[in-house]
Amino acid sequence: MRRTGFFVLSIALLTLAPRLEAKKKKPAPPAGSPAATQKNTSAPAVPTMTPEQRTLHALNRLTFGPRKGDVEAVNAMGLEQWIELQLHPEQIPLNPVLEAKLAPLDTLQMTTAEMVRRYPTPQMVKLMLDGRLAFPDDQQTRYSVEKLVARYKRREAADRIGLPGDADMKASSLPETWQLDDEQRQILDNGKPPEQVALLETFSPAEQLDVLDTLPNGARNRLMGLAPPDLRRRIQIFNGPVQVVNQDLMEGKILRAVYSDRQLEEVLTDFWYNHFNVNLDKGADRYMVTSYERDTIRPHVLGKFKDLLLATAQSPAMLFYLDNWQSAGPDPAKRRRQGLNENYGRELMELHTLGVDGGYTQQDVTEVARCFTGWTIKEPNLGGGFDYNDKLHDKGEKHVLGVMIPAGGGMSDGLKVLDILARHPSTAHFISKSLATRFVADDPPEALVQKMAETFTKTDGDLREVMRTMLRAPEFWDPANFRNKVKSPFEFVVSAMRAVNADIDFAQPLAGQLNPLGEPLYRKLEPTGYSNRGSDWLNSASLLARMNFATALTRNGIGGVKVDATQFTLDASGLEKSLLSADPSPAAKDAIEAALAQQQQAGMLAAGLTLGSPDFQRR
Amino acid sequence: MPHSRRIFLRNSAFALAGVGSAPLWLQRAALGAEQPGQRKKVLVAIFQRGAADGLNIVVPHAERRYYDLRPTISIPRPLARGTSPDAAIDLDGFFGLHPSLAPLVPLWKKQQLAIIHAAGSPDPTRSHFDAQDYMESGTPGLKATTDGWLNRALPPQTDGQPSAVRAVSLGATMSRTLAGPNKAVAVESLGNFTVRDNSAAKALQAMYGETNDVILGGTARETFEAVSILQSIQKTPYQPAGGANYPRGRFGDSMKQIAQLIKADVGLEVAFADIGNWDHHVNEVGPKASVGVLANVLGEFGGSLAAFSQDLGDRMEDVVVVTMSEFGRTARENGNRGTDHGHANVMFVMGGAVAGGKVYGDWPGLAQEQLYESRDLALTTDFRDVLSEAVALHLGNQNIQSVFPNYAASPDKFRNWLKTV
Repeated sequence: MRRTGFFVLSIALLTLAPRLEAKKKKPAPPAGSPAATQKNTSAPAVPTMTPEQRTLHALNRLTFGPRKGDVEAVNAMGLEQWIELQLHPEQIPLNPVLEAKLAPLDTLQMTTAEMVRRYPTPQMVKLMLDGRLAFPDDQQTRYSVEKLVARYKRREAADRIGLPGDADMKASSLPETWQLDDEQRQILDNGKPPEQVALLETFSPAEQLDVLDTLPNGARNRLMGLAPPDLRRRIQIFNGPVQVVNQDLMEGKILRAVYSDRQLEEVLTDFWYNHFNVNLDKGADRYMVTSYERDTIRPHVLGKFKDLLLATAQSPAMLFYLDNWQSAGPDPAKRRRQGLNENYGRELMELHTLGVDGGYTQQDVTEVARCFTGWTIKEPNLGGGFDYNDKLHDKGEKHVLGVMIPAGGGMSDGLKVLDILARHPSTAHFISKSLATRFVADDPPEALVQKMAETFTKTDGDLREVMRTMLRAPEFWDPANFRNKVKSPFEFVVSAMRAVNADIDFAQPLAGQLNPLGEPLYRKLEPTGYSNRGSDWLNSASLLARMNFATALTRNGIGGVKVDATQFTLDASGLEKSLLSADPSPAAKDAIEAALAQQQQAGMLAAGLTLGSPDFQRR
Repeated sequence: MPHSRRIFLRNSAFALAGVGSAPLWLQRAALGAEQPGQRKKVLVAIFQRGAADGLNIVVPHAERRYYDLRPTISIPRPLARGTSPDAAIDLDGFFGLHPSLAPLVPLWKKQQLAIIHAAGSPDPTRSHFDAQDYMESGTPGLKATTDGWLNRALPPQTDGQPSAVRAVSLGATMSRTLAGPNKAVAVESLGNFTVRDNSAAKALQAMYGETNDVILGGTARETFEAVSILQSIQKTPYQPAGGANYPRGRFGDSMKQIAQLIKADVGLEVAFADIGNWDHHVNEVGPKASVGVLANVLGEFGGSLAAFSQDLGDRMEDVVVVTMSEFGRTARENGNRGTDHGHANVMFVMGGAVAGGKVYGDWPGLAQEQLYESRDLALTTDFRDVLSEAVALHLGNQNIQSVFPNYAASPDKFRNWLKTV
């Protein structure tokens, strides 16, 4: 590996980041800088970053990492104006590349109820079989569900006679209406996956389902990475339709993070989903999380906190995840389970609003839980929405954080609690600190948190204004904060995609990469969500996984992702033009290209080292 | 030899704690005067995440009230003669094992397995998160603790550099239990614990070695040290001994890899593994005791522990395995053939040094007035009583106060489940 080549490449990928120099030298702020004009003159003046650092810092914190050309684009627009635009994502046009990649992921546009019908669980299929639930209207979906029904019946028959394993899960033959010729059969039985995919593509969608149904699971799944999106979905259905829903969700998150030009909105959607975390694997939440992120979280990330809080409180996903949907008062007409469930009441205060030291007691937890009795879900297994059921509500008087909530308030009890919590000074502080921990530093300066909390209180929890206060504060631009955050695994993976301008055809393998890195998407079991502190992500297993991801990515070893390796080297024509100012002779051309091919290997390695370096682990 | 050391420590450990640094000869005694490369005492901590139902795992079958409280999900009484795959396996005439734990019966008979019932955290929380956090930090009720009890339990190193793999947490993230100032590595799988690209490995190691980034450089140094050790023991594929057959799944894999590390003598002293899926609010027990969600996860749990013991054979003399779960479940079944979050639970301890074949701890009873908050099994043994016995007498770390701060440590609290002769 040539040192100079590596050096040039590192500059390209890291966009020249003299982090350590920045940390050591803290030059006095120039006159007129935000620090110098700071109101609070009693506090020591905060030093500020160089203009180059400021641009890169903004890109590192407000996006999932700079792409090639981003620094120049931000500078051309002006940093202030670029930040203002990111604070108004609706003014940024949709990226057509992203829209095209999202288009096949049809569940991202569906209501929860639609998803349950079109991508049913085995229990739903059974209801359809029993005539208690209608089959999907869409013909192709209906046909795939019928295939599933047939599989469940074969499974049942196999169980009855005691056949082991999934031996009888695949159909032994095609329907009687059509047959494959010998050559086709040969390809399916013994051919290579690319030939099999090519063959399948000559069939109609219904025929594809027929043929896929005759393949063993392993053989079918081997085709996944090679198949175009529509065929891929037909393959996925055989692994369980609910998987399609979950894979769409994960693919959508990765694609948006990598390709969206509304980068701050993506970063904030990740932040707020995580703040109001819901675990995808908990029962009915498998179908609810898509709408939760899309309809509950995303519309409010730059809106009012109390709207976001109310939306989460009434979301089926949260009601299910924290069990409030089955919490009931002491004497409901129809008693379900054990009555009061404090799970939501506790986490609402501890994690969503006040923070653990926010000044509430166990008694407050119980009282808040009483206020929310009756906040439930209509038919959670069928994708129903929020429902207030007065029969489950505890109608007595309550006292929450010193406020008396009179008896007989019904659903308004819960609304009052949300109002108290959203306006509480502890909430202003806790939310500000969480944002600053994510965007500024693992241990953000208290002066900054207080400024943000003041804005929160003054603006009735306007999250755009809180962000603006943070971004205008000199603490945000303190050189000590330049590249001081360790990236989370998701930030690492997405920033790597953006740095090498990767083309993602199929994001599922990438989602799988997040598991060994320690951040499986949508799968944080606990309501705390993942840590906003970068240092919490550092351990040996995940560091190795990062290095392995980096070197695999630049060698094009990550499924579903293409990286143009020629970007890591000088291209032949550029070299020839700059040195010869003419076309080379064939012999010279061959030699140059052979040398460059060798160099390309070195370039890929160097790019992998750059993405695996300590520098790239920080933002 | 190890046993006499244990007697000595039982008498001296707490007298010394807090006095400052112990004399060197005593530290030597505490550490068994081990030389590098020699066999180490190993403590393996297992966490059952989600609150396992101790009452259906070690069943008080002689207590009629158990069957009253759980009309549809109790585990049937053991047969008078022989065993049934759908009834409890009698242990001592009062308690019985869930039938899916049959693989553990030989260990019970060999007296290498003991049980401490009605044990757990005294904190009243029924939040999974808080309770796991408290149990893993070893400081119930205290959220500010940043490190885990097992990291603090590592004995002070007396000679030479500690092994890079003296403390291993199985899984892609560092467990709370093992996080802390002492060197500890998270290992998702031994096979993948390397930089796969050979040409990149050296350059990365050099790059991280030279970096001024103290935090990343430090983690990387520990990582590369551990990589070289772990790669050296994987020249040939690992073959479990004694016909041990680990169940498929993450927990079986974790236990197999811990066994591999112990047998390789690379300096492992403490290890952590966890197994999830114990939160059985609905249909905990199937139509028969041998089927259903609890039976399934117990099969994986018991099968893995049994395989681990079989695989290690004589090496179990050096090993103590202790299991825990954040809290127990309601004594009464709920309306969905499941159980809700409760209080006290059951712990298993396993190893050659264990005085096994016995259920330890005081049984609080299940009568209404005996239940904690009228609904859960009451607590009679603090989990720290169990763990501090292992830390002081097996690992030889006398400084229990620093392992479990805010806990009045005393040998009087030991349940004496470790052999004394």
